[in-house]
Amino acid sequence: MKAVAVIGASLAGLSAARALRAQGFDGRITVVGDETRRPYDRPPLSKEFLSGDMTEADLALEADDDDLDADWMLGAVATKLDTHSGAVELADGTRLVADGVVIATGSRARRLPSYHDMAGVHVLRTVDDAVALRAELRPGARLVIIGAGFIGAEVASTARKLGLNVTVVEAAPTPLAVQLGSRLGAVVAAAHAANGTELICGVGVAGLTGTHRALRTACGADRVTGVDLVDGRHLPADVVVVGIGGVPNIEWLQGSGVRLGNGVLCGSAGQTAIPNVVAVGDCAAWHDPFTGGTHRVEHWTGALERPATAVATLLAGGADKDVTVKAPYFWSDQYGSRIQFAGTADPDDEVTIEEGSCDAHCFLATYRREGHLVAVLGVDQPRLFTRWRRQLAVAPTAV
Amino acid sequence: MLEVCPLSQLPPGEARRVDVDPPIAVFHTDDGEVFAIDDTCSHQDASLADGWLEGCEIECPLHASRFNLRTGAVDAPPAKLPVRTHAVVITDGVIHVEMSTDTPNLPPDIRARLGGGGRV
Repeated sequence: MKAVAVIGASLAGLSAARALRAQGFDGRITVVGDETRRPYDRPPLSKEFLSGDMTEADLALEADDDDLDADWMLGAVATKLDTHSGAVELADGTRLVADGVVIATGSRARRLPSYHDMAGVHVLRTVDDAVALRAELRPGARLVIIGAGFIGAEVASTARKLGLNVTVVEAAPTPLAVQLGSRLGAVVAAAHAANGTELICGVGVAGLTGTHRALRTACGADRVTGVDLVDGRHLPADVVVVGIGGVPNIEWLQGSGVRLGNGVLCGSAGQTAIPNVVAVGDCAAWHDPFTGGTHRVEHWTGALERPATAVATLLAGGADKDVTVKAPYFWSDQYGSRIQFAGTADPDDEVTIEEGSCDAHCFLATYRREGHLVAVLGVDQPRLFTRWRRQLAVAPTAV
Repeated sequence: MLEVCPLSQLPPGEARRVDVDPPIAVFHTDDGEVFAIDDTCSHQDASLADGWLEGCEIECPLHASRFNLRTGAVDAPPAKLPVRTHAVVITDGVIHVEMSTDTPNLPPDIRARLGGGGRV
């Protein structure tokens, strides 16, 4: 293999380029990114960067001594993967010839259809998104957040700190039920009320209201004035954040022969249906040996660690049966609490509070399935969490 | 010299956070060596004493950055800057630490909290 194209220049793409060099690849590496920025860290965008406690320079993922000897094509959008001739086509017509491809195009924030260009309505995925949102987070303003997932909860926490009045609307009966199970999802979400954020669950959003009819602004753009719920309630809002998950950036792969579903469908070591093409990060749905299913793991840690496995697959021309994959891990900082979770929770798992108490919002909980430890949740318990997390089974990647 | 604790109170494989400013972490490795480094990860606010000790390396409990206890160097990202190391002296079975006078590489969120406004 002489030339590898890494399509995507965020954490997964950078980690893939690093892994290529770390694993001895001395050929040409080209990294293509649709944003114009060098790789940057996204988790602070809903927290320290949004609050102004971190600068854009602080977000840089590359160290000064990172010497990857890679060609960076930033602000370049991949439009087609031609697996017959081994080339990636870019929006400007460039054909990038490579005999290995790492797909790392990530995901984009899901938007509310038909409201995406309404002023005051935000999603949060990029630095530009965060800068635009920050400009509107003024003390006393009314912020409505649609979606009580981790992005929504972190934005709510940051906005409360900045002195906004915050309401979070969640369609599901319990926030974070998919990630943490309904019992502990409710426990974690109790921090909203304890910190002055109103949480409305089990009600969908019917639509947004705008100034369009009443007060058309000079440029003619509509500005949001509130959120209509399906039960008839209306929530006045100066700013709205839509945090309803991500959509994988895989449209450019249609017709390439790579199998697509909710993400690029991969084996458990990152291999796609096409030889010499692997996929990593938010856009990739790896076979999960823990559950037997194939799903996207949209966690930062997956984008950091899994590229090494995928690159090994790429360089070896196939998956190593002995490679193991760690249980998924994520963290979230909300209202001064540090939440850490590893593993995969199912609704029927047996949940045990091993240490601390839910009432005190400081605990270590374990999830067991058929007697086996399958997941660990820690709230402000980093030391215990580290120990329990190590006990989680490491799954072989054998397909 | 900062007196930490008797060596007997820090079994091999264990770590202890010492609340000085900035805090330091003292590790007793499975090989019987004792090291002291800055406790706060240079990437983001997390206590390295809560991390996973393996050989002469500590893995941050939050984002899995790894630091060499002997040199403070970053062995694995996302951290970009080393942590300081501090000299350890064991006298009469008691661990003492000579604090480094170098400038610590505190993470941006801590710098902001200390009043730096997040600017370097």
